[in-house]
Amino acid sequence: MTAPTQTRPPAPRRRPGQAREGAHRQAAGARRRRAGIVRLAALLLSPTLLALALVVGYPVLAALRLSLTVTEEGINPETGLIERSSELGTKNYTDGFQGDTGDRFLNALWNTTTFTLATGALVTVIGVVMALIMSRAFRGRGLVRAAVLVPWAIPTVISALLWKWIFSTDGVANDILNTKILWTTEGFQAWLAVVIADTWKTAPFIGLLVLAGLQLIPAEVYEAARVDGSSAWRTFWRITLPLVKPALVVAVLFRILDLLRMFDLPFVLVGPRKESVETLSVLAWDEMSNLRFGPAAAYAMILFVYIAIVAYVFVRVLGADIIGRGVQGRK
Amino acid sequence: MSISSWGRLAGTLAIGLVVAGGAVACGDDDDGGTTGPAGQGQFEGRGAITLATGKDTTGTLQGQLDRWNADHPDQKVTLAELPESADGQRQQFIQNAQTKSDAYTVLNLDVVWTAEFAANGWVEQLPEDQFPIGEMIPSTVETAKYFKKLYAVPYSTNAGLLFYRKDLLDKAGVTAAPKTWDEMKAACDKVKALPEGKTMGCYAGQFEKYEGLTVNFSEAVQSAGGKVVDDEGKPVVNSAEAKAGLEFLVNGFTSGLFPREAVTYKEEEGRRAFQDGKLVFHRQWPYQWTLANKTDGSSKVAGKFGVAPLPGKSGVGSSSLGGANLAISKYAKNKASALEFIKWFSNAENARKNLEVASNAPVYASIYSDAALQEKLPYLSVLKQGLDTAAARPRVVAYGDATTAIQENAYAAITGKKPVDQALADMQAKLTEVTAKK
Repeated sequence: MTAPTQTRPPAPRRRPGQAREGAHRQAAGARRRRAGIVRLAALLLSPTLLALALVVGYPVLAALRLSLTVTEEGINPETGLIERSSELGTKNYTDGFQGDTGDRFLNALWNTTTFTLATGALVTVIGVVMALIMSRAFRGRGLVRAAVLVPWAIPTVISALLWKWIFSTDGVANDILNTKILWTTEGFQAWLAVVIADTWKTAPFIGLLVLAGLQLIPAEVYEAARVDGSSAWRTFWRITLPLVKPALVVAVLFRILDLLRMFDLPFVLVGPRKESVETLSVLAWDEMSNLRFGPAAAYAMILFVYIAIVAYVFVRVLGADIIGRGVQGRK
Repeated sequence: MSISSWGRLAGTLAIGLVVAGGAVACGDDDDGGTTGPAGQGQFEGRGAITLATGKDTTGTLQGQLDRWNADHPDQKVTLAELPESADGQRQQFIQNAQTKSDAYTVLNLDVVWTAEFAANGWVEQLPEDQFPIGEMIPSTVETAKYFKKLYAVPYSTNAGLLFYRKDLLDKAGVTAAPKTWDEMKAACDKVKALPEGKTMGCYAGQFEKYEGLTVNFSEAVQSAGGKVVDDEGKPVVNSAEAKAGLEFLVNGFTSGLFPREAVTYKEEEGRRAFQDGKLVFHRQWPYQWTLANKTDGSSKVAGKFGVAPLPGKSGVGSSSLGGANLAISKYAKNKASALEFIKWFSNAENARKNLEVASNAPVYASIYSDAALQEKLPYLSVLKQGLDTAAARPRVVAYGDATTAIQENAYAAITGKKPVDQALADMQAKLTEVTAKK
């Protein structure tokens, strides 16, 4: 399935008398027709392009412009009114890497990255295990599949509240562990609490997408492996994983893009302005709520670029197939 | 595709971008243009208005508005309910102001927002002589002023109280509620000597890293005789009094006077602990009175507790002021109706009704001395004492930044991440930076 699908040019309309014309005129006619087709394509696409420009292009451009707007404000000592002046500049970006604001931004970048790596790895492993279990035929399989879906179906804010109860001082987590950990206070435990809650919530997502991939693997392949005397472990590494990889990579990519913009879980479970769990999204929100729209937009733009780079790496290096070109063999 | 057709495609895209760019240009005047000089506004125009306020958890507001609407059929007021959380409300108000929308006429603002809204020119300056501010508790009027001008009318107020387990204190032989921190500690030691007091925590307030910590930190500083911000608006947390205040909180945790988990308490977590009988003393807003007295099984301490003014270092302490003020949006229509409405809505008669049906503490001093009300709400006279010594939280335009600076450093100190001196020095530096934007 390596051949890219090409748009076949429509059969040229034959006009009477065309055949009698000279070859150069024919060529010119073909060019004109091609141009006509392109024009028609552009015309037909223009509503979509316009819509995209309005709902994607404009917000991105507006955010970019806002992020380059540096606002100075002062209070008029007589009336007490705020006076603002703004100019274009890159201060909002450079502030993200120096001084107090820099510490805070880099900390948020670090948290965003560590959350993504830790949770991403955990959900991938657990999700694959879930899928392997769910793909087996056993009694009550439907029930297991439905049960696994429940965490995914619960809105994140609600699950954050549920976990907040679990992680409260006199909550279930401390009861089971027989500890008195203050989970939601600053520190590593708050970070861990978010990772646990997010893994619980999103591993089923990976599990289901991988399950769909698993069910596409023909039974004959496994049969052949069995005939050749391959061990279960070897079968998994040499057959299951390579064949399920396209589905897995796309699922993990989606998950990671979600993780990079994580907001609601740390915000509700631990709270805003907590250093140990502040992500880039939370930081941008906090700057915005304090009316510093420029820095907020700058942080959002950096996050946008960060996500774009990660997505690009996934598509290029791991061959994530997100637009349905089909499975590409990469050696 | 030939080069020219790419050019056409690019042209189409460019049109899209121009459209988008035009929209960007249209958006120009929205983001923080210079606010012009604002004198006292003209209150003109009559007609329909809206009251934007946080979610009405008492369910009594609409009834009140109906009474106004019955008398003023041509100036009807509609209720615009905003989210329950203060952060959510503030965000809605700010969005409304940024888009210069006339959707909200009368704004129900938290007391700490007055400076921000006034300085940004989002609310009208109000004519002081048209409101009975002389009859109101002076500290509540202060919260509605900015640069000595009135920008809002006090609507309701609030102060923290010391809830204490009267039954246990009686049993331990403590006859009066403690007035100082030392007395409180001594009383607590006696209660903890009782068999039922062994596992109890002594004292808790709101120590989670949020607005409640700013409230509790300010109270500790004030109760030690200090201030967070002086009358000129300069931060003064580098004082010996501020140090004594923060030390009370820090030592409370290190000595075990406060339960360890109190650092995760907001109002509701603390209330649960108090109602479960886990606390001897609890700093809380008056709303806990009714809830902790419920006899439906939700509270184990119904009828077993009393209230007193907050204790201090060497005498009765000082609470932070809560409450709400009413303001008129700069961008609203029908401001004459709005002015008339807030005069009516904030009057003493309505304040009294609000106290009776919704337990909203009134801003009129005279209501607190009403014998019938005192009998119905026994905490009323204690609340009045609290209000008399209460102080407003810092009135800073960038209040969000100021409260963050306080929370960051107070939290670092009570969780043992920073020594008290360093926390206060850092807080002082940060507050100076936040307040000195000139």
